[in-house]
Amino acid sequence: MSAEAGKLTLLCDVKTDGSFLVHHFLSFYLKANCKVCFVALIQSFSHYNIVGQKLGVNLTMARERGQLVFLEGLKSSVDVFFQAQKEPHPLQFLREANAGNLQPLYEFVREALKPVNNGEAAWRCPVLLVDDLSVLLSLGMGVVAVLDFIHYCRVAVCWELKGNMVVLVHDSDDAEDEENDILLNGLSHQSHLILRAEGLATGFCRDVHGQLRILWRRPSQPTAQRDRSLTYQYKIQDKSVSFFAKGMSPAVL
Amino acid sequence: MAAAATCGGGSAGTAGSVVAAAAGRGNVTSFQRRGPRASGTDSGSPRLASIAGTRPSVRNGQLLVSTGLPALDQLLGGGLAVGTVLLIEEDKYNIYSPLLFKYFLAEGIVSGHTLLVASAKEDPADLLQELPAPLLDDNCKKEFDEDAYSHKTPESDMKMKIAWRYQLLPKMEVGPISSSRFGHYYDASKRIPQELIETSKWHGFFLPEKIFPNLKVEPCSLAHGYIKLLRFIQNIIFEEGFDGSNPQKKQKNILRIGIQSLGSPLWGDDICCTENRGSSHGLSRFLYVLRGLLRTSLSACIITMPTHLIQNKAIIARITNLSDTVVGLESFLGSERGTNPLYKDYHGLIHIRQIPRLNNLICDESDVKDLAFKLKRKLFTIERLHLPPDLSDTVSRASKQDLAASARRLGPGCGSMAGGEKHLDF
Repeated sequence: MSAEAGKLTLLCDVKTDGSFLVHHFLSFYLKANCKVCFVALIQSFSHYNIVGQKLGVNLTMARERGQLVFLEGLKSSVDVFFQAQKEPHPLQFLREANAGNLQPLYEFVREALKPVNNGEAAWRCPVLLVDDLSVLLSLGMGVVAVLDFIHYCRVAVCWELKGNMVVLVHDSDDAEDEENDILLNGLSHQSHLILRAEGLATGFCRDVHGQLRILWRRPSQPTAQRDRSLTYQYKIQDKSVSFFAKGMSPAVL
Repeated sequence: MAAAATCGGGSAGTAGSVVAAAAGRGNVTSFQRRGPRASGTDSGSPRLASIAGTRPSVRNGQLLVSTGLPALDQLLGGGLAVGTVLLIEEDKYNIYSPLLFKYFLAEGIVSGHTLLVASAKEDPADLLQELPAPLLDDNCKKEFDEDAYSHKTPESDMKMKIAWRYQLLPKMEVGPISSSRFGHYYDASKRIPQELIETSKWHGFFLPEKIFPNLKVEPCSLAHGYIKLLRFIQNIIFEEGFDGSNPQKKQKNILRIGIQSLGSPLWGDDICCTENRGSSHGLSRFLYVLRGLLRTSLSACIITMPTHLIQNKAIIARITNLSDTVVGLESFLGSERGTNPLYKDYHGLIHIRQIPRLNNLICDESDVKDLAFKLKRKLFTIERLHLPPDLSDTVSRASKQDLAASARRLGPGCGSMAGGEKHLDF
């Protein structure tokens, strides 16, 4: 996968867990020597660290040498919730009844990824990784606020800094979550690459954990050309994920 | 109180070292990879489960506690991970979910853990009186006698080369209820002995007692009860050192938190009453901050929630995403399924809706999706649902279609894992 600049990649999962994609992108960009800002809202740092070690990256070291800026949502939420903070905290909205917007979070991201001005380019393009956006909706942010946040981040990260963005959104196709659907549709139209992890239509299978649909898009160009798409089935193993064409699982052949 | 101490003098250093050292750095989570695994014979360094009633997971070394039902432990991949939330979706008339709740708390008492019980409708002291008694049959008694005998051998610092497991067992006098086992069986028809409750350490949060009429609280769209409960939990965790931040308190015990009927109108939340989206964030924020507290401390939490009352399905999906392990109970009482011959041996279905993937890309998901439970006179058992034998002389088409139709409504697969839409006959 070529690291083109200025791209928004959308990860979504429906009826299954797509977090393996997040782990993949995190290790991919860290190994590619990019500066990564990871807004991890759903799991703790040590979880990503341990999985990262299986995939070959050391998050602790990356954080210490400044390559990785990690916002640990769960831990910070405890600090924000119980004590009033003096400076605006990225998760400030947890204390507010009707949180207006995600500006503190955007400021945090921009501050984290701004290039260090000592001249030398230590890292390649900056990357923003968010796991996951649906949590922001659950915590009381309006869908417009979340879309605004993504828009501002795209301007700052993808356009100004020529970096990439990867965000994960859960799709709940039978739960009638309108706000989530709006968010997903809005992001689908803005993204260059959509990776959609789905559960198999026939139910649980031990050897094939799901199906991955890859869709390349060109959002800025007219849609006269058809977007390219591919579908693979996958099985997640302890340290890697194996992909194969539909129906070609090694367990079946 | 049952033993929480580790064996031998210097062993406490290595065994608890990962936890204690992390505590010293002020960065303790229960998710850190445990240190050296005991490779076997003469290493002398004991295994890492130095806290009573816990054991490391075989898959990723994650510390696990028992839920009180060994069958459920097995379905969840060995037990409930420390630092996570187990959400029980209550059955319709709230008959069986309190049982799971009580098993969890009883397991805590028997293992010597500290309990924190929160309820809006029942006084926690009364709740604790109703816990089931642990089952001890003669086999168990014999096992404990053998353990006690092996401890009486005088050489306590001699390293055992072959039977090195015995070195891990606590050295003090084990009473008839030993905490050295993981997961106990309970007799649902008997009450827990009073002396066990008295020797255990517990904190109760009864909502009607804690609500004061005029309390200065910042408005943050959480129901008043939720804010009080979060502060209470955080207080206990901080005061008793479960998060390792207090260097004075060398706490090597687990805090078991039980919250009953969260989300019901008794907590001041109205998600069960209206379909309005505006007020639903209180519960989500509560769960989020609660998980943040759990992740940074040695505690595990069970929550029962009346999800069948929640009008808005999107909220249930969000709550599921915000919890770690989700188990749903569906009882046959009062539903048309109760008369279905398919289900005549069982009292209800149990759905494992979600199992977390902690420190790993995959999780231990059980293959069996159709699980049913029944409450026998003493035991609560979970079994794989199987069709009763069809013993009728004339097999009528109508009855077969009924069975097939009801079987189709069974396990559509684990909710967060691959879900199926079509029923395929194999």
